[in-house]
Amino acid sequence: MTTKERVAAVDGWFTLDEANPRLLGNRCTRCGSYFFPKASAFCRNPSCDGTEFEEVPLSNRGTVWSFTTNHYAPPPPYVAADPFEPFSVAAVQLPEEKMVVLGQVADGVDPATMRVGDEVELVLGTLFEDDDHEYVVWKWKPTEGARSDG
Amino acid sequence: MGDHDIAVLGVGMHPWGKWGRNFVEYGLVAARAALEDAGLEWGDIQFVSGADTIRNGYPGFVSGATFAQALGWQGAPVASSYAACASGATALNAARAQILGGLCDVALVVGADTTPKGFLAPTAGERGDDPDWLRFRLLGATNPTYFALYACRRMELFGATPADFAKVKVKNAAHGLANPNARYRKAVTEDEVMASPVVAEPLRLLDICATSDGAAAVVVSSLEYAQRRGAGGAVRVAAISTVTPSYPNAVIEMPDFATDSAAAVAAGPVTFRDAIAQGAYAEAGLGPDDLDLAEVYDLSTALELDWYENIGLCGPGEAEKLVHDGATTIGGRIPVNPSGGLACFGEAVPAQALAQVCEVAWQLRGAAGERQVEGARVGLTVNQGLFGHGSSVILAR
Repeated sequence: MTTKERVAAVDGWFTLDEANPRLLGNRCTRCGSYFFPKASAFCRNPSCDGTEFEEVPLSNRGTVWSFTTNHYAPPPPYVAADPFEPFSVAAVQLPEEKMVVLGQVADGVDPATMRVGDEVELVLGTLFEDDDHEYVVWKWKPTEGARSDG
Repeated sequence: MGDHDIAVLGVGMHPWGKWGRNFVEYGLVAARAALEDAGLEWGDIQFVSGADTIRNGYPGFVSGATFAQALGWQGAPVASSYAACASGATALNAARAQILGGLCDVALVVGADTTPKGFLAPTAGERGDDPDWLRFRLLGATNPTYFALYACRRMELFGATPADFAKVKVKNAAHGLANPNARYRKAVTEDEVMASPVVAEPLRLLDICATSDGAAAVVVSSLEYAQRRGAGGAVRVAAISTVTPSYPNAVIEMPDFATDSAAAVAAGPVTFRDAIAQGAYAEAGLGPDDLDLAEVYDLSTALELDWYENIGLCGPGEAEKLVHDGATTIGGRIPVNPSGGLACFGEAVPAQALAQVCEVAWQLRGAAGERQVEGARVGLTVNQGLFGHGSSVILAR
């Protein structure tokens, strides 16, 4: 075997569609509030007594609200690469859902080129590997021509 | 002064450090110091309120009983509070409710912690339904990751620079030089901050607070009890705010993956961090202009600047100017973190909000020595615990 099986690092949070992955949130059928990760049993809007939710794919594009690059390996349960490589995390504003969602920044993106306000899209990337599997997670990647203000 | 005032009869601490001993030992030292400061015996205490630690096993979860047992069982009822970094204020509020409800006259509040080296990590075990576990697992999002997101946002919105952040550290280091309870008592230069290793862009090692061992304790009573003991002029707790956010909370918070959605309900103009101090001001009938000093939760240098605005010391984007002008240095218009803050203490989670109260009490008594804010009469503490815990205490004399 030369390729490991790609499996989601967490079940039910995103689709494994390599070409067009989507985060899977849900929406209260009563008030329309979105939740990620998915809500269950109760709507968190204080003026809504909704208890039913429909699964919805979240916007696959948004704008960077803020971002950072971690230069030290996080403690377990994070599975850090050895040797450790700095990685970036972005907080991304989704237009439709009017919410900010965190995610690691896609591998190979130079954080020095990123700015708040840049457009990013959802991609899949490897979080960590073991002997048999590549554990996959959602990541944010700047789109072509991401800079709106040049 | 309002109807909800209680008296601060005594305060005490165990010095912050990385001592590696059991947290109960620190709590005991702080409790005895606060009792001695109050001129009371342990047997006089009618209620014990503990601020919990979740890193020290079962005794940490039942801290009220743990400290009561350590001091020697004497029958007083206990409570134990956990509200992350806000635990101390929540424990103080539990004691205040007992006093104002007429259920007791005098109470002891204690928080103590022993912390591991390095990043604060989630509690052990495979816990796929705990956001605090999942954020480490799926994002590698440490606490400094979140601090850095706020700092980067501040740079983008207001043009703040790493040099601005470094100035906060320089100020706090200078404040803490003469504080016997501080862990770090060493002057720091802007260059040293800027040359320290990057932890999470744009924050460097000296921008971020360490984790520490330490303990703080407060003895509080009804005003009548204080008067009977000849302590009618004692510093008072004029307000305790332990507010939670209002939906939708539009600012990303530890340990969450996402904010609330504002799709169905628009976010209001007041952020959670704004609401924390506003709750205290409303209760005390005071405002930012009444403050003589503030102790704010400088988990990072950049976050201290955010707090200036959140507690109303200045408008959005004006915090950098305050620190540049020396307004928040001792001797300035509104000194912030005269204790040296978390920059000099490091964080001992359940003790920290109480340590803020101790510092303000010393300041208002005029007993803060070389770091005294002259003529201080009103001081505010502010802090935030993850999972939506606000913490702000106003003390006055």
